Amino acid sequence: MAIISETTRPVAASFAGLPLRTWQTLGVALVFIVACVLPFTTSSYHLFQLTMVLVYAIALLGLNILTGFNGQVSLGHGAFYAIGAYTTAILLDNTAIPYWATLPIAGIVCLGAGFLFGLPALRLEGLYLALATFALAVATPQLLKFRGFEKWTGGVQGIVIDKPSPPAGVPLDSDQWLYFVCLAVTVPMFLIGWNLLRGRTGRAIVAIRDHPIAAASMGIDTAMYKSLTFGVSAMYTGIAGALGALAAQFVSPDSFSVFLSISLIVGLVVGGIASIFGVLFGAAFIVFIPNIADQISKAAPWAIYGIFLIGFMYVLPTGVAGGVKRLGSLLGRMGKR
Amino acid sequence: MAADGNPLLRIDGVSVRFGGIVALDSISFDVAHGQICGLIGPNGAGKTTLFNCLSRLYRTGAGRILFEGKQLLDVPRHRIAALGIGRTFQNLALFKTMTVRQNVMIGGHCRSRGGFLANALRLPFVAREERKLDERAMSLIESLDLRRVAEVPVGGLTFATQKRVELARALAGEPKLLLLDEPAGGLNHEEVDRLRETIVSIRDRFGVTILLVEHHLNLVMRVSDKVVALDFGRKIADGTPAEVQQNADVIRAYLGAPAA
Ligand SMILES: Nc1ncnc2c1ncn2[C@@H]1O[C@H](COP(=O)(O)OP(=O)(O)OP(=O)(O)O)[C@@H](O)[C@H]1O
Ligand SMILES: [Mg+2]
Repeated sequence: MAIISETTRPVAASFAGLPLRTWQTLGVALVFIVACVLPFTTSSYHLFQLTMVLVYAIALLGLNILTGFNGQVSLGHGAFYAIGAYTTAILLDNTAIPYWATLPIAGIVCLGAGFLFGLPALRLEGLYLALATFALAVATPQLLKFRGFEKWTGGVQGIVIDKPSPPAGVPLDSDQWLYFVCLAVTVPMFLIGWNLLRGRTGRAIVAIRDHPIAAASMGIDTAMYKSLTFGVSAMYTGIAGALGALAAQFVSPDSFSVFLSISLIVGLVVGGIASIFGVLFGAAFIVFIPNIADQISKAAPWAIYGIFLIGFMYVLPTGVAGGVKRLGSLLGRMGKR
Repeated sequence: MAADGNPLLRIDGVSVRFGGIVALDSISFDVAHGQICGLIGPNGAGKTTLFNCLSRLYRTGAGRILFEGKQLLDVPRHRIAALGIGRTFQNLALFKTMTVRQNVMIGGHCRSRGGFLANALRLPFVAREERKLDERAMSLIESLDLRRVAEVPVGGLTFATQKRVELARALAGEPKLLLLDEPAGGLNHEEVDRLRETIVSIRDRFGVTILLVEHHLNLVMRVSDKVVALDFGRKIADGTPAEVQQNADVIRAYLGAPAA
C-alpha cells in the first residue's frame, strides 16, 4: 500500500546540528536565568509587573489546559482566580496560617470548585459552555459583595493583606522576595503541567478535544477526564489568584470583574492555544499592553489596546507559539539546504 | 478453536430503531473464537449500526449482546476497549491534530493506567509504561508500513493511510475481537489484495477474532470463514461464503431483482 501524495511533512527534528530537544532545554534554561537576574535590574514598579506576569502565566496555563488542550471553552476563569485570591485573603485575615501555606489550600479549594462546576458542564458544549462559564464570571463580583458573607469577605470594601516579608537573613527586599516566591511556585507548576500533558493523561485530554466519541472508544472515561481537567485547570488559576492577592496586598469584588476573565482569554489566544510556553507571552501581553497603551494615549487607552490586539492577531494569527513554530520549521528547512 | 465451545460473541435478538426507521430488526448470530466473520449488505442495511451497538455508541431497543458470556449492554462505552473489543470507523475517527504515533499510543490507553496524579509527578511506573506503549506503537507502525509518517499529524494523510492508522490504533488496544468497518475504503485493486493478506496475518499473528464489514464482496468471500448478510435491518443469510453467495435473498438484495 503505497503512501501517495501526503501533504504534511514531519516536524523538523534538529536544527544547526543539534536536536530540537537540546534547543528546547537551552531555551528553558535561558528563560530561567533571565527570570532570576531580572529582579536585580529593575525598579520596584517594574518588578511588580514582572511578578504579575508570573501570576498570569500560571493562570493562563490553567486556562490553556482546559480550553486549549481539552477544548472546553471557559469565559469565566476569573471566577476561579477570585476564589483563590479570596481564600488566601480570608485565611490571612482570620487565622494565623502563614501566607505560603494558604497557596495549596487555595489550590485545593479551586480544584474542588472546578471539578464540581465541571460536572454539570459535561452536558454543555462549545458556545453553550462558554455562556455558562460567562455567567459564572458575571455573577462573581456580586456574590463577593453578598451581605451574608460580609463577615469574611469584607463586602464591598474587600480585604487588605500584609505583604509577605523575606525571612531574616535573606538579602532581598520584600518586592524581590515576593517575586521569587512567585517564581518558586511557577517553576513546579509548569513542570507539573508539562508532565500532565506529555504522557498518557495529556494524550487523553487532547483526544477528547479532537474526537470525543473515538476517545471513549479507546477506553478514555471522557466524563471523568473532563471534570478532572476542569478541576486541575481551576486549581492552577486559583493558585495564581492567591499569588495575585499577595502581590496586590488587597482583594475586592471589583478586582474580579468579567474583564479579568476576558483578559485571560486574550492572553490565551495571544500566547497560543494549546501551547505551554506561549502562556508566558500571553501573560506579558495582559500585564504590559494596557500600560503601554496608557502611555501612548491617556484619553483613549483601550482604543490603543484594541489596535494592539488586532495588529497582533494580524501578524501572529496562531499566537506567539504558532509564530515560533513556523519560524522554527522555516529555519529547519533553510538549515537543510 | 474455542476451548469451551462457547462463541466469543453472541448477538441475540438485537433491535435498534431511529424514529420510524428500524435499523436492526431482531438480529442474532454468533462469532466463534479465531473466526473471520464477514458482515455484508447493501447501503443502509444496518452494518455500522450493529458495530455501534457493540461499541455501546447506540442504545439498543431489545436483545442481548454476549461477549465471552458477559452482557455487553451493561458496560459503559469507555470500558469496551478494556474488555477486548477494538474497532475502526467507516468514516475515520482519528485524533486529527496528533501524530500517527500518538494516535496509535492512545489505542493503548486501555492497557495502561497512570492517572492524573501519577502523571503530574511522572512516577517511575509512568515513565516505564510510557516506554512500553511507545515501543508497542512503533512496532505496529512498522508492521503496518507507517514508519515514514510516524511523526506526521494524521489530519494531512490520505484516506487510505488514515484507515491504516486506525487499524494500528485498534490493535494497540490488544483486542480479542476486532471490528473493521470497510477497511478497503479508498483502496485500489492491488491494495485490496495486500489488505486481504494483512487481515489474515493479523488474525494469525495476534490471535484476534475479526468481524469485517465490507462492500468489496470479493475480499469478504475470500477472507471470511463465515458470512452474515443483512438487508433493511434484517438478517437474510448466515453461513459459509459459498452458501451465502448462492442465497436467493442475498442475490436479490444486491441485484435488486427477483430471484430466478
Ligand atoms: N444516528 C442515526 N440516526 C438516525 N438514523 C440512523 C443513524 N445511524 C444510522 N441510521 C439509519 O439506520 C440505517 C442503517 O444505517 P447503517 O449506517 O447502519 O447502514 P450500513 O449498513 O452501515 O450502510 P453503509 O454500507 O452505507 O455504511 C440507515 O437507514 C440509516 O439512515
Ligand atoms: Mg456503514
